[in-house]
Amino acid sequence: MTALVEVRDLAKTFDVSAPWLNRVIERKPKLFVHAVDGVSFSIDKGTTLALVGESGCGKSTVARLLVGLYAPTRGDVQFDGQATHAGRNAAELRTLRRRMQMIFQDPYASLNPRWKVLDIIGEPLREHGLVPGAEALRARVSELLLQVGLAAADCDKFPHQFSGGQRQRISIARALATQPEFLVCDEPTSALDVSVQAQVLNIMKDLQRTQGLTYLFISHNLAVVRHVADRVGVMYLGRLVEVAPKAELFSHPRHPYTRMLLDAIPDIHMTGRSRTPVQGEVPNPLNPPSGCAFHPRCPHANARCSSERPVLTRIQGTEVACHAVQEGRI
Amino acid sequence: MVAPLLEVKHLRVEFPTRRGTLLALDDINFEIAPGEILGVVGESGAGKSLTGAAIIGLLEPPGRIASGEILLNGRRIDNLPYEEMRKIRGRQIGAIFQDPLTSLNPLYTIGRQLTETILTHLPVSAEEARQRAIRLLQETGIPAAEQRIDQYPHQFSGGMRQRVVIALALAAEPKLIVADEPTTALDVSIQAQIISLLKRLCKDHGAAVMLVTHDMGVIAETCDRVAVLYAGRVAEIGPVGDVIHRPSHPYTSGLMGSIPAMDEDRERLLQIDGSMPRLNNIPRGCAFNPRCPQVMARCREERPELQDAGATRAACWLVNDGARPS
Amino acid sequence: MSTPSPTAAPNWLARWRDSDIWHSFITSPMAMLAGFIAFLCIFVSLFAPWVSPHNPFDLATLNLSDARLPPAWMEGGDKRFLLGTDDQGRDLLSALFYGARLSLAVGLASVLLSVLVGVGLGLLSGFAGGKVDAFIMRVCDVMLSFPSILVALLINGVGRAMFPNAQDTLALGVLVLAIALTGWVQYARTVRGSTLVERNKEYVQAARVIGVAPLRIMFKHVLPNVLGPVLVLATIQVAAAILTEATLSFLGVGVPPTSPSLGTLIRIGNDFLFSGEWWITIFPGVMLVLIALSVNLLGDWLRDALNPRLR
Repeated sequence: MTALVEVRDLAKTFDVSAPWLNRVIERKPKLFVHAVDGVSFSIDKGTTLALVGESGCGKSTVARLLVGLYAPTRGDVQFDGQATHAGRNAAELRTLRRRMQMIFQDPYASLNPRWKVLDIIGEPLREHGLVPGAEALRARVSELLLQVGLAAADCDKFPHQFSGGQRQRISIARALATQPEFLVCDEPTSALDVSVQAQVLNIMKDLQRTQGLTYLFISHNLAVVRHVADRVGVMYLGRLVEVAPKAELFSHPRHPYTRMLLDAIPDIHMTGRSRTPVQGEVPNPLNPPSGCAFHPRCPHANARCSSERPVLTRIQGTEVACHAVQEGRI
Repeated sequence: MVAPLLEVKHLRVEFPTRRGTLLALDDINFEIAPGEILGVVGESGAGKSLTGAAIIGLLEPPGRIASGEILLNGRRIDNLPYEEMRKIRGRQIGAIFQDPLTSLNPLYTIGRQLTETILTHLPVSAEEARQRAIRLLQETGIPAAEQRIDQYPHQFSGGMRQRVVIALALAAEPKLIVADEPTTALDVSIQAQIISLLKRLCKDHGAAVMLVTHDMGVIAETCDRVAVLYAGRVAEIGPVGDVIHRPSHPYTSGLMGSIPAMDEDRERLLQIDGSMPRLNNIPRGCAFNPRCPQVMARCREERPELQDAGATRAACWLVNDGARPS
Repeated sequence: MSTPSPTAAPNWLARWRDSDIWHSFITSPMAMLAGFIAFLCIFVSLFAPWVSPHNPFDLATLNLSDARLPPAWMEGGDKRFLLGTDDQGRDLLSALFYGARLSLAVGLASVLLSVLVGVGLGLLSGFAGGKVDAFIMRVCDVMLSFPSILVALLINGVGRAMFPNAQDTLALGVLVLAIALTGWVQYARTVRGSTLVERNKEYVQAARVIGVAPLRIMFKHVLPNVLGPVLVLATIQVAAAILTEATLSFLGVGVPPTSPSLGTLIRIGNDFLFSGEWWITIFPGVMLVLIALSVNLLGDWLRDALNPRLR
């Protein structure tokens, strides 16, 4: 299985310093947030890698780095063997853009409220010159609408005439317009009701099967991830702490944070049973802990954990970044 | 049989608009016993938040209670004048809303907000109120409560703020807490903490809880009984284990089936085609009939009442005929 | 598997008549009254040459012996001049219509220019960010620290000094420019704020992922969504611009004296107020107030109608 997407040591740092004038007058130092701090993974063609984690872990930033909305501070992204950021001219970048697209979380903000559905879905077609005229455009847009379970007559309507789930389908149709091979999905169902979520997830799985799509699926909902993913990566404070095939991760979680996450999910089959609540909260990203970022909340932390940052290493088919696991302590 | 703490009878809430009157809640009936946790679950537009708002008396105009009764300890509270309702709010009914950021006034210290609530409703001195406030903060797990009581809301993290909101809700020792999506805006690991805190505190203070949420997992873990709302009506109501594992209403079983489970792999999630009808377009008869896989002719004509179906009560004609949905 | 979709989209007229804005207009007596008065004023200004009994700008038709006649219903009045005449013998009613035309033209033109400059700079500022944004905002701050009348006087003075034998149209152009340059700042700030909000929305990010050029995103995606508040501001600003023009004309540095605007008439009449010929000042004053008030009320209604929270 060849890897369609390969990410090596990807990092993104944001400068969140106060404006220059304030810094000079109040003598404040420059402030940086390491939203993504050295992340490496690969995605095989036709499979789905899910990235999970809580807010602030950097998974959404990784998504945006992959599609080019941010430029990485360090590291590189390879798509089909070609680097996506370094030394690309405009034409090559455009071709690359056609092959990967993104679906966003908020169905109400991801469609321009003043544009008709025809224009929204037709924009990528127009931009890349994929259809020869207005007639062909309408035909292709209608075809895409039918693919996601909407009607061809919806072309002439505005987003506010649709429900959240239908809008998300319009987003999917727009993403599919250029026939991409790789879709980055940033929490596509988090804002939807459970029954609508089921519809959208089913469509996404069907499309993957019929068109051979590769997905990067970002979510904080582990149950949804379990349903759609082939492999799962767990992120904490900008770092990958564990990457494993789905079955392995859910049956034998290795990293203490993964175990904590799995323990903290409310499941409808656990009626009456309380979850084991966890200590502490996610630390301030402006001031991350030294060494392993999870050590203040980890029941297995030792001196090495607070000074040395663990590296993602392969252990029996999964990759884990944890001293305790590598030392065989847990 | 203990007398119920809260009774909602035939509640109807409507919204007059220029295109006609929209009926947002249509004949809602349920009860909450003292100390019990009732979950009110439903998808967006089902009316669960409106139910909470109607009970607290905070319906946003032009919405209003068209008919029906809400009784607290046997006394009607839906038709009280503003001043009377204000006294009940806080003292007898506490409220927890979704967004901890906007639930607290950013301009006052949390100590001031807590003591203000306590002094408004309880006949204690200012010093005693402050002591109570500190004790409440300690109970909700805020470290260094004696110092943090004089801090402002923006100095707390999201999870901490929600704990303060819980303390605020419990400050005047109410008998009923209405919690509207209290953990939706929080991370999963914090959710677990807050939910277990809510459960414990309400048990300790003897308060009943009406927990409004769309998250079935939270309901499964927290509630004693649950009411499932659909299009402004109660579809099913009963003990939480029965509603989740042995539902009688096709909507409930569809809902449970569409939730991805942690313990089994399925190729496709169970899917209910279509979507909840808009308020101006509610079908005749049973509101769920266009989407129901087991619809009968009767469902399109007559609206079913809540009927006994084993351990739960469901508003479905199938129940009458004894046939259960798969 | 096709989901039942909402009914087919109606044409734009039906959509307009069914819209909340139109309904809000129909049900507000104040808005309808203000709209009616504003419409009347615009009508008489547009069709002044056909509606006025005389042409007060045509020097050939003026007769000094007709000067300072009182309104027709008073003693000494002349039926030809319904509201009396001014010191040059101009029929006041006609002068009102022509003057309103001038005032409205200058007001609308300057607001249009303001909007173009302000919205353009605001979009650029919000979209580009960084140093460009900082620079434009500092320019705004500087402009705001000058009283608008002084700025208008300054630009007007400079214009006259540069073109001492200017034609009337050039003088008017300078006047429009002067008023426009005092008003653009609020559009720039408002649009910048809205642009900052819209820029982070996901439909803009989606356009970037598709590969749309930034300029195109700015005009086709962001611009339509930030124009709402601009419309309200512009409506209210028209009244302010008209008043500014009137003030400048009153001070004598506005429109050329041969084609008096309402402000000029008020100034002329001011000299005669105490000698009893009150109509030369009062009628133009009333007209000015009517225009400014109706436009302001319309702006107020529009702001409330467009505010989603109040609907």
